Amino acid sequence: MENIENTKELKPVLQLKNVSVSYNPGTFAVKKVSTDIYPNTITAIMGPSGCGKSTLLRAINRMHDLYSNIKTTGEIILKGKDILTMDSMEVRRLAGMVFQQPNPFPTMSIYENVLAGYKLNGIRLSKKEKDEIVEQSLKSVALWDEVKDVMSKRGSFLSGGQQQRLCIARALALKPEVLLMDEPTSALDPISTNKIEELLLELKQNFTIIVVTHNMSQAARVSDNSMFMYLGELIEHGNTTQMFTKPKNKRTEEYLTGVFG
Amino acid sequence: MKEQLGEMRDKIFRFLLFFAAVIILLLTAGIIYALVSRSTEAFQEYGVWGFISNPEWDPRPATEEYGALSFIVGTLYTAFFALFLCVPFSLSVALFNGEYFKGKKISSFVRSIVDLLAGIPSIVYGLWGFYAVRPLVIDLGINAQGFGIFLSSIVLAIMIIPYASSLSTEFISMVPNKLKEGAYSLGATQFEVIQNISIPTARSGIVASYILALGRALGETMAVTMLIGNTDRVPKGLRDTGNTMASVIANQFGEADGIKLSSLIAIGLLLFIITALINMVAKLVMKKLASV
Amino acid sequence: MSLKSKSSINSRKGTDKLVYFLVWLFSFFAMIPLFLILWDVVSKGYKNFNINLFTKVTPSSMDALIANMNGDPIPGGVLNGITGSILIVGLAILISVPLGLFIGIYLSDNRDKKFAGFISYLTDLLQGMPSIVIGIIAYAWVVKPLGSYSAIGGSVALTMMMLPMIVRSTEETMKMLPPSFKESGLALGSSYTSVVFNILLPSGFGGIFTGILLAISRVLGETAPLMLTALGASVVNWNITEPTSALPLLIWDFYNDPNLVELVWSTSLLLLIVIFCLNWIAKIVSRKWKI
Repeated sequence: MENIENTKELKPVLQLKNVSVSYNPGTFAVKKVSTDIYPNTITAIMGPSGCGKSTLLRAINRMHDLYSNIKTTGEIILKGKDILTMDSMEVRRLAGMVFQQPNPFPTMSIYENVLAGYKLNGIRLSKKEKDEIVEQSLKSVALWDEVKDVMSKRGSFLSGGQQQRLCIARALALKPEVLLMDEPTSALDPISTNKIEELLLELKQNFTIIVVTHNMSQAARVSDNSMFMYLGELIEHGNTTQMFTKPKNKRTEEYLTGVFG
Repeated sequence: MKEQLGEMRDKIFRFLLFFAAVIILLLTAGIIYALVSRSTEAFQEYGVWGFISNPEWDPRPATEEYGALSFIVGTLYTAFFALFLCVPFSLSVALFNGEYFKGKKISSFVRSIVDLLAGIPSIVYGLWGFYAVRPLVIDLGINAQGFGIFLSSIVLAIMIIPYASSLSTEFISMVPNKLKEGAYSLGATQFEVIQNISIPTARSGIVASYILALGRALGETMAVTMLIGNTDRVPKGLRDTGNTMASVIANQFGEADGIKLSSLIAIGLLLFIITALINMVAKLVMKKLASV
Repeated sequence: MSLKSKSSINSRKGTDKLVYFLVWLFSFFAMIPLFLILWDVVSKGYKNFNINLFTKVTPSSMDALIANMNGDPIPGGVLNGITGSILIVGLAILISVPLGLFIGIYLSDNRDKKFAGFISYLTDLLQGMPSIVIGIIAYAWVVKPLGSYSAIGGSVALTMMMLPMIVRSTEETMKMLPPSFKESGLALGSSYTSVVFNILLPSGFGGIFTGILLAISRVLGETAPLMLTALGASVVNWNITEPTSALPLLIWDFYNDPNLVELVWSTSLLLLIVIFCLNWIAKIVSRKWKI
């Protein structure tokens, strides 16, 4: 694991140690993945369909708890504690998630959507605090100017790209340690995709981001470090530029040159 | 030649289809006409508002006087109290089937049981209410004979559980997974997801199903007739006996004639109007609340 | 956010568990009445549930009184109710099924027309009508003109109850058929009539048949409208212009007669068995014929 790009400290914010996920006893979708994620970096997880990248991402915020047949083993250390032994609700406040399909809650206004994390967790805020959080979150996703006059309206009239940015704002409003993004631009048009990629580059100053993507050029554009997965295994990980120019593993090279995809 | 025959056949067939649909129109118009025309005798005698607001129901020849108020009150008492009683049970069933155990085997078992509940005829509910529930009501000290609003409402509540839970279950289970996952990813418990996401999203179906259950309760006849005590006056409370619009018709239609018959039919017309309005409200609610 | 969170997380988990428990509890209690009712009906009904139930007509009150005094089982059965139900419901099926099918086909094929929407609305209206009001209508249209209570009057009432149900289920089933069925049929040069009878109706058979079975099981148990139209009879009657009995009517008669009241349970048991069987068959059919 050489030349991992990190800007502030040498201590990783998230460590995966031999993480495995199985859907049925015996069949593993993720096999013993280990890696470190450093603060204020963007890490891309890439690989062909079915390689386990989304499964790995969803293990980090314990989404697999919702389905009784899925088992996760290994250790996932976030800020010194193993999240697999923590309360899933606490974990999810520390690791925010943005999904492939933008999913603003249709029964809430834009304003309420940004604050949804607080409402759902029963945290009471004063009006002043609420306004501050909403403005800050929407500004950080470059949505404030576009919606500040219609914040009491429901979010369904927003475009796909705007809806996704709203979902990012909603996740960021809880100030998570790590932001997990599961193919966040797959369902968006190229212009919105571009805007969100630019947004990620700005956000990394304040957040640590892990992005699952099936688009390797996106990984190349956006990420500092990359992880390449194939059939559930972590084949190679490291500095993105290094991986793309001088991949150490033959499979990585084959994937990057389009031998398979 | 064959094509022409085929075209001829299609024309006739399409006309028959259209005509069949028209029959619904004729039927509805006929029903309204039949009810209205036979009610006019009573309405002319007492005035429309006079009839509706009159609590007296006196069939004795010398002092004959008829008014619908006692039965309107009786109907409202039983139906609303039944609705109130059934809410926790039907909502729990809807959450059980639509959220907690959606798609699991135990859910299809519960659904089957609830379907069977819906299949039991009203008269059998009445029998069971009389023989099994009435003694309990007497033991509870509600009233001496057991009959009355309280007993009818309990049995009525059980009868409408399937109606109140079916649309609710459907709408709750249709809440998209991606919305729920979004809420879970923010750290919510299952109850918090239900409270903040599932129920608000399924709101239109839930409210509509309770309105429809109310409509069912308003028109229910046999079970209520057997349990309500059949007294023709405004009930003084839940412990009292009374009569509903449906049960007074069932009880007294047989030998009625003249102004009494017309009054009973007028009550039938009122019942028809009320249930039609309820249906209309349910549809409006579904449209308005669903425009999320 | 951290010190306060720990205890509030516990209380939130506590609330979550409590709600889960309550949902289980209330769902359980919601199902209990079914078992209680079944238990009552079966345990009290099996005594008189014998071959006589099916082969003999209802005894007179006098005969029952004598039997009770002697400690004998009540003689007689419910044959008149069985034949009456078959007659009344059978006639209702003959009228409501073809009519309901046609209307359902019309509504599913003309969805965008305003008139069809209006008819659909009226169908819902009819479905919500209380059964006693339907009884009044059938009384006005059949009993009064005919001058006597009759089976046909009962059938008219039950037809009005079954019709909206059959229309609805036919319409929904037809709507769910892929449009390509109709289109490829027509593309082969077939007439519309032929497509409906040879392709659409057979494909939708499962849903349509289920709807009909459910409508039948619903009206088999109806009492109120029959009280105002068919009235009842103590003999087997096949003349549709005469008063006729039906199983629910007999239950009502027995309930009101202290000498015959023993028979309510066995008759109810019979009725429930038939209704539940129809429901069960409907479930099987709908599962097998999934489009």
